[in-house]
Amino acid sequence: MRLLSILDPLTRPILLLLVTVVDRVLTPFQRRIGIDKMGYFFVLPNLLIFGIFVLFPMLLNFYYAMTGGTKLFPEDRPFIGLGNFDNLFDCGDFLSPNSCQEDLFWRGIFNTIQFVIFQVSGIVVFSLMTALVLNRKIVARGFFRSVFFYPVLLSPVVVALIWKWVLQHEGVLNAIVEIFGGESTRWLLDPNWALFWVVFVSVWALMGFYTLILLAGLQSIPPELYEASSIDGANNWQDFRFVTMPLLMPTMFVVLVLALIRAVQMFDQIYVLTGGGPGTRTQLLVQYIYTTGFSSQIQLFGLSAAASMVLGITLLILTLLQLRLGNQSSLA
Amino acid sequence: MAAERMTISQFLANRRGRRRPDTSDLLTYLYLTIGTILMFGPVLWLVASSFKTQAGLVKYPPPLLPYQQVQVEVAGFDKMLPLYEVTLEDGTTQEMAQVRRVGIEARMIDPANPDAGEIKVNIRQRTPVEEVKLAWENYLDPLIELDNFDFFTYLKNSIIVTSVATAITLVINSMAAFALSKYQFKGRDAIFVLFISTLMIPITVILVPVFLVITSIGWKNNLWGVIIPGAATPTGIFLLRQYMLTIPDELLDAARIDGASEWHIYWRIILPLARPALAVLAIFSVMWRWNDFLWPLIVLSQNDYFTLQVGLNAFQGELQIQWHYVLAMTVVTLLPITLVFAILQRFITTGIATTGMK
Repeated sequence: MRLLSILDPLTRPILLLLVTVVDRVLTPFQRRIGIDKMGYFFVLPNLLIFGIFVLFPMLLNFYYAMTGGTKLFPEDRPFIGLGNFDNLFDCGDFLSPNSCQEDLFWRGIFNTIQFVIFQVSGIVVFSLMTALVLNRKIVARGFFRSVFFYPVLLSPVVVALIWKWVLQHEGVLNAIVEIFGGESTRWLLDPNWALFWVVFVSVWALMGFYTLILLAGLQSIPPELYEASSIDGANNWQDFRFVTMPLLMPTMFVVLVLALIRAVQMFDQIYVLTGGGPGTRTQLLVQYIYTTGFSSQIQLFGLSAAASMVLGITLLILTLLQLRLGNQSSLA
Repeated sequence: MAAERMTISQFLANRRGRRRPDTSDLLTYLYLTIGTILMFGPVLWLVASSFKTQAGLVKYPPPLLPYQQVQVEVAGFDKMLPLYEVTLEDGTTQEMAQVRRVGIEARMIDPANPDAGEIKVNIRQRTPVEEVKLAWENYLDPLIELDNFDFFTYLKNSIIVTSVATAITLVINSMAAFALSKYQFKGRDAIFVLFISTLMIPITVILVPVFLVITSIGWKNNLWGVIIPGAATPTGIFLLRQYMLTIPDELLDAARIDGASEWHIYWRIILPLARPALAVLAIFSVMWRWNDFLWPLIVLSQNDYFTLQVGLNAFQGELQIQWHYVLAMTVVTLLPITLVFAILQRFITTGIATTGMK
């Protein structure tokens, strides 16, 4: 913070001038419309950007989903009704992506479901364990908390590159495996290992965030409850089972839903780490949206928009779930 | 079995009583040690590797530290010569510099005594002499002379995007939060609900239409196209509004009686008082923007406009990955965030724990 104050002599006069000018312009305006209507003025910039770059696109997305062709501008695009959705859902058998017209879409969906199940359970288990450990009486708690949190700050590209380097064929992991008598493996080229590492790396990168939330939840449990339970003769296991767990449940739900919402949208880390491969083994739904609309030779914006609506509806359901659970836990 | 059960239950207990260290403490520190290695190990490995030369990087199994072959100056030669340990015919070993190599034969010279002349040695009779030396050129070359990786441009673009976007977000979000928390006007609650309802709708869901808007404005391959769409963050509005609600209205009324304009109140009273919340939002915003990948990837398709993340991705995606440069540039990319974290660590962790947002 002090570092920034070096810039003060430079920025302060400019800011001051700016603020004075704004004030000059605004004061007569305020006199005309009255104090309470000034609210409109203050909310306006945010509302404008929100309207142009969020609200309007949200509405426009419905239109895109119902048009075909490869042109970007809506007036050049033929209206095809639910054609894109027909394409997406044109499947001989919904359980086998190969029988679908858009097999990549379904592969993406199945991969996403698999990824979400493994990744979210990994995050819940490991962040809970870490939070319990960090909540104990340990030396250097601040340091260890930072250790587990640090990867959260790294960019997905950086995270992917760190692990790509560790996992490469002549990499350090294979060297370690060989020391212990194992065989070196092409970790990211074997379909099952690739899925494992994609899950592992994202748990590695994100668990610190959820650990912090759970830690805050643990620390908000009143110590009197443990005193009371020890008077009642409860052992450690009973303490955990009947005091910690029930009181941590609301926080656990928050963690679960937040992790779900994030996992469904997973893209960048995997894109850099495996590119969706080997084959399409780690290609998730968002990568399908991106590839279909933006990085393939023929840019099918309509299909991409339709697929993104499937993602949007999933997120909506998860959010409503969170609101419901949130209301329940705040009532309890 | 019973003993095991006991240990686990002790581990699960979170009472912080004073007692002697027991098995559960052992487990705790074991967990923390393994955790620290897993969390920090890969990052440290990246940093260590980034100082190895291109030749050093392909060595397998990889040495822990960056080694380089020693180069010596020998009288009568313009260039530095690589140093080897040579096993001579009589079984003794001597450090000699290699003048040149022909097939399996190398011509070596004694650097201490160059007048003794060159001798021929089978290349199997020599091993390189190495020392720990940092390959700074991995860091310096990309700054100066790589045509396909214009590091300075990417860094500049990233800094512009991060700082401008954060400034805009802070200003418009705080203005909106001020309006939504301190004024009574028609449609206020509707606007608030509208903002907040998009909290869980990421840009991923509306990529195509936002791309259209950007293209229509002419912001394709323009940093504004990266900066503006994400500026009106619902997270920021929510965070700041909740905070501003705790600022007493009497303060504002008192200022009005003193003749302060509304803008003056916003700038002189609300903003200074909301500083803790603004700081949290600023940190979030810097993190979001510096690390942002998918949206810049879509908007920016020309090299000159790449941010660090997009540039790094393009650079590592080339057919022949130049790992020595990629690793060094990855370190540079993670450095600013790491420094910010090191300085503001306590602030960030408590900020996230209390708001539950990232």
